Amino acid sequence: METLLNVKGLKTYFFTEAGVVKAVDGVDFQVGKDEAVGLVGESGSGKTVTGLSVLRIVPRPGRILAGTIMFEGEDLLAKSEEEMRRIRGAKIAMTFQDPTTSLDPLYTIGNQLVEVIREHDKELSKKEALEQAMKLLEMVGISEPELRIRAYPHELSGGMKQRIAIARALASRPILLFADEPTTNLDVTVQAQVLELLEELREKLKMSLVMITHDMGIIAETTQRVQVLYAGMVAEVAETRSIFKRPRHPYTEALLQAVPRIDHRKELKVIPGNIPNLIDPPSGCRFHPRCPYAKEICWKKIPTLNPVDDDHLVACHLWQDLSLTGA
Amino acid sequence: MEGQTLLEIKDLVKYYPIYRRGILLKKQIGVVHAVDGVSLKIGRGENVGLVGESGCGKTTLGKTIMHLEEPLSGEVIYDGIRVFEAFRSKDDEKIRKIRRGIQMVFQNPYTSLDPRMTVYDILSEPYVIHKHIPKEEWKEKVYELLRMVNLEEYHAERYPHEFSGGQRQRIAIARALAVDPRLIVADEPVSSLDVSIRAQILNLLMDLQRKKGISYLYVSHDLSSVRQITNRVAVMYLGKIVELAKTDELYAKPLNPYTQALLSAIPVPDPERNRTRIILPGEVPSAVNPPSGCRFHPRCPYATEICHNEEAIFREIQPGHFVACHHAEKFL
Repeated sequence: METLLNVKGLKTYFFTEAGVVKAVDGVDFQVGKDEAVGLVGESGSGKTVTGLSVLRIVPRPGRILAGTIMFEGEDLLAKSEEEMRRIRGAKIAMTFQDPTTSLDPLYTIGNQLVEVIREHDKELSKKEALEQAMKLLEMVGISEPELRIRAYPHELSGGMKQRIAIARALASRPILLFADEPTTNLDVTVQAQVLELLEELREKLKMSLVMITHDMGIIAETTQRVQVLYAGMVAEVAETRSIFKRPRHPYTEALLQAVPRIDHRKELKVIPGNIPNLIDPPSGCRFHPRCPYAKEICWKKIPTLNPVDDDHLVACHLWQDLSLTGA
Repeated sequence: MEGQTLLEIKDLVKYYPIYRRGILLKKQIGVVHAVDGVSLKIGRGENVGLVGESGCGKTTLGKTIMHLEEPLSGEVIYDGIRVFEAFRSKDDEKIRKIRRGIQMVFQNPYTSLDPRMTVYDILSEPYVIHKHIPKEEWKEKVYELLRMVNLEEYHAERYPHEFSGGQRQRIAIARALAVDPRLIVADEPVSSLDVSIRAQILNLLMDLQRKKGISYLYVSHDLSSVRQITNRVAVMYLGKIVELAKTDELYAKPLNPYTQALLSAIPVPDPERNRTRIILPGEVPSAVNPPSGCRFHPRCPYATEICHNEEAIFREIQPGHFVACHHAEKFL
């Protein structure tokens, strides 16, 4: 598969008053053309910051310190702010967890879409842009677009706002979309609608998708490849099917075993402890204080990403000795 | 579980009026049908799940049981006591019995604990209020509560902000346990927690059910955790219970099209599984003007004319399996 995005050694830190938060600490990350990749992890794993870093919209006091972000063969970290603005408009887009905050409450839906469409294609008249906006709304499954276009965000339900946020991200026809927890605030029946929509659009628009989520169910249903992050580092990368069948990292196993399932009842394995503080992360492997298999080497040495086979990488000292349980 | 009923809800109705403010008077312009004729029994030591999407009335139902909300009509009987009558007649002894018997755990442990109180103060406050334990025993009791929820004695001197989300939820559970309740209404107790922490709390709740025989009304939109810890499940849609059955039976053979859609919508962590998602059109309609007939009919793939015109009666279609659907036989 042709590589579209290739991130190497990304480090994004936040310089807070309490100390330096190492939110993303040496992450490698690839997305192929037309591929759907999952970025999975809990709060503080660095999954959102990875997305923000690729778009170079990391908020203060965060800063990208190291790494390369190759997109279509060019390093995004070497681009000027003006060039980045054009790429963000045209090639890479991101939707956020809370659609309420990503839409401007003072402008109508139509105005917000027209703004993006005309930014992308300056030749268009306002009327033409408005027509395109309505087409976009239709595409994301919003009925009566001619009415909705005049509505303000507060007049719409959460599911509708998320669809509009997706429509706005798609307005510039990006070839890569980061969807950050697109369904976390939505009801399950609406979640199903939005996931279905993203799948449809990806096929129709030949777009690559990065699904950022903590939900292994969403990963299983929407992605081909998955990258598990823990405390700002990559724990495991593999094809979705093989990671569920045979995880190689104890944290991945724990994620699969600790979550209740809808199709059968099982004993829930508890992951002890809490998510580590990234100002002063644990030494060696960051998962070692919570890992049931940890040995001396685990707190002494940081594990590197080792190939299990061609498409499967794991950052665990003990992976060869462990036989872990899948979903 | 059968026979020994701890809590009985009978035909409970709770509406919220909507007002429009005029120049002099405010005028009622409608009502939200939050809970609209709900009946449900919870047995001793039983864990009943109450599921549904936002706005279905599940939280209002939980609050009304404890008389945190005044109902419009209906009855709740806790251990032989008529709850609403006790509050109306200000029968202190009965009220105290109800307040001690039923406790609540909320979704967000960041807002449900007072940040200016130490854990010791939080956990001993029920003793100050209910005066059921002599003061010299408080300290030992607080330690016992902390151990029960897998925290340490030294945690008693700390403040809520020093704890993680999961630990705070343990403190909230310990506070509920301080009065030896027989029933805990747990409203989304794990929804705000990280996935690796949820199992800790779910296992703790199940443990307490086993060891202390506590009953639960487990209110949640997360059908996976409901499957894990409940004995029976009630599914709510727009203020009404539309299906009620033993947990395993409901998940294996849902008989209401809404339950079917709800279950099929949950992503399953198994990429090998071939499954058909039932995609419902639209969203949950407004509870101000609920649809005629069966309230689910505008979104239901099986709806016929009768669904449009007549409300579906909640009936026992198989022993212990209740459903409100005109066409439920079709799914047997």
